[in-house]
Amino acid sequence: MKRTRWFQVLRPISPRAKLVFGTLSFVLPILLWSIVSYVPSVWHPQILVTDPGSIDYLQVGMRMNKDAFADAVAEAESDHKDPPKGVRSNPIYLPAPHEVAMALYTAFVTPPATQDSPWLYESLWHSIQIIFWGFVISSVIGVPLGILCGTYAAFARVNEPFIEFFRYLPAPAFGALAVAILGIYDGPKITIIVIGTFFQQVLIIANTTRKLDVALVEAALTLGTKKLKLLTRVVIPGILPDLYRDQRILLGWAWTYLIVAELIGTTSGITWFITQQARYQHFANVYAAIMIIGIIGLGTDMLLARAGRRLFPWDRSLAKTA
Amino acid sequence: MNKFVAPVSLPSYLDQEPAVRARFDKLKQREVILSVEHLNKIFGTGEKATVALDDISFKTHRREFLCVVGPSGCGKSTLVRILAGLEEHTSGDVLLLGKPVSEPGSDRGMVFQGYTLFPWLTVKKNVMFGLEVNGSGKFEAEQQALQWLALVGLEKFADAYPHQLSGGMKQRVAIVRALANQPRILLMDEPFGALDAQTRCRMQAHLLEIWRKIDITIVFITHDLEEAIFLADRILVLSAHPGQVQELIEVPVPRPRSASQFISPEFLATKARLEELIHGGKSEEDDEDAGTYQMVARLTDVTDEVE
Repeated sequence: MKRTRWFQVLRPISPRAKLVFGTLSFVLPILLWSIVSYVPSVWHPQILVTDPGSIDYLQVGMRMNKDAFADAVAEAESDHKDPPKGVRSNPIYLPAPHEVAMALYTAFVTPPATQDSPWLYESLWHSIQIIFWGFVISSVIGVPLGILCGTYAAFARVNEPFIEFFRYLPAPAFGALAVAILGIYDGPKITIIVIGTFFQQVLIIANTTRKLDVALVEAALTLGTKKLKLLTRVVIPGILPDLYRDQRILLGWAWTYLIVAELIGTTSGITWFITQQARYQHFANVYAAIMIIGIIGLGTDMLLARAGRRLFPWDRSLAKTA
Repeated sequence: MNKFVAPVSLPSYLDQEPAVRARFDKLKQREVILSVEHLNKIFGTGEKATVALDDISFKTHRREFLCVVGPSGCGKSTLVRILAGLEEHTSGDVLLLGKPVSEPGSDRGMVFQGYTLFPWLTVKKNVMFGLEVNGSGKFEAEQQALQWLALVGLEKFADAYPHQLSGGMKQRVAIVRALANQPRILLMDEPFGALDAQTRCRMQAHLLEIWRKIDITIVFITHDLEEAIFLADRILVLSAHPGQVQELIEVPVPRPRSASQFISPEFLATKARLEELIHGGKSEEDDEDAGTYQMVARLTDVTDEVE
């Protein structure tokens, strides 16, 4: 394989190259992380104390800056006492890959600290439900509204300027208001996701609808299609693959609002787990939880992409990204 | 092609063989399907207003094949879009069987230059589309669609999606999709413009074959003069800026038409007349490229001649 083949503008690459590069896209960041974690000469700005020696304010397992440790060693040596010993290490907020991998496993098999707190999978399930309902409620109103705005210019003029304004208002800012109205449990959390998703959704779907080839509508008109049938038999089927793609992107956005949403009122779900673990400085667990969100997000998107190729066999742009 | 034919020996394009004359007499006795009367179309208002169509009048009779030709900018596409009801006209009348046309309807079928098959429907369902939106039952629509596809030899592709077809096949489906509604008139806006020369020839023959077999009147827009002569009974010649009727030519080439007639005297006489009307007597190549060649500086060695 010639290397220049990889740099052809707007050309597809071979299936093998796809697989190789796709794997690399994950392997490279993990490799970088491993180098930073396992090669002591790379970064490692701190010292993990393994033997306090004669210095009484040091303890085994303490982390301190290299300079401070060097001072402590110098101090002990000038007094001709045992110098402390330590190994170079990274700050506690950067655990090594194997620690996170372990945490990922133990998070699911370790029972919660107290009887009444949820297991990790229970927290996760709760988060997924929040996302689901937030996204469904947003879509039930947002998708039809977006299609109508895209189809009828008058409708778009009535709705879009206000929606355009509203989407710049930060969704989390409505948290306090939502709590005041809907209480402290799931209501306000779902509301934040709806607010975060809905306004973008209407605008994006309206734009997608406007991109439909007007010649198709004209062809339908000359075949005698009238009014509502134009919408149901031409506009909607015509934009369906693009609409589906938009929904996949919007679902990703809904996930980004999850963490903020779950901090409102009673902290719950995966966010509860993350904040709890961060409080005890179990950063391996924090990363594990963040990764779980990533894996669930990417997993659903890949499943939806696969389903999309089945649902819309005529769609050429889907085939291109496959 | 016309460079190799001595222009002196051509008959007048107005001369018609008796058989051709008899055909036209018969044609003109048939009922008038489409009547366009003093049609005007002005784009924009005030100072920016441009006249696209200026006082266009013509009639087509049942089962007539009318071609509309003219230089670019003569508004031939606008005309056919007005006939289809996709564009509003400023004044004048478009009458289909005596009734004024104001919006698109299933009594006028249309085939566009671009491919407008619905990509989410199979070929068969594309053909069924018009029947279904006009109230036919699914079963009946399917039976008819299959018959129409058989007419253009595409029954094997009934369950294929449009993206799996070649350009020529797509336009064949588009034609029968329009015909399945059994419109009184078929409007075609440069339908073969995007096809390669060979496919275009085959499609022209195909179209004549279809036209012969069914009761349909065709208004066909093209900028290809030979295509117009090959297909048409009469050719409506428009001039540009503003679009006006220059002449309604009765094509003296006898039917049935075949490719061998492209060099017949009647054909060449008609072509000469059309070129005179549209390019002011100059042939197409002379018209646009005259003078450009002198502007190109020599970038090769003088001894390295190719001609």
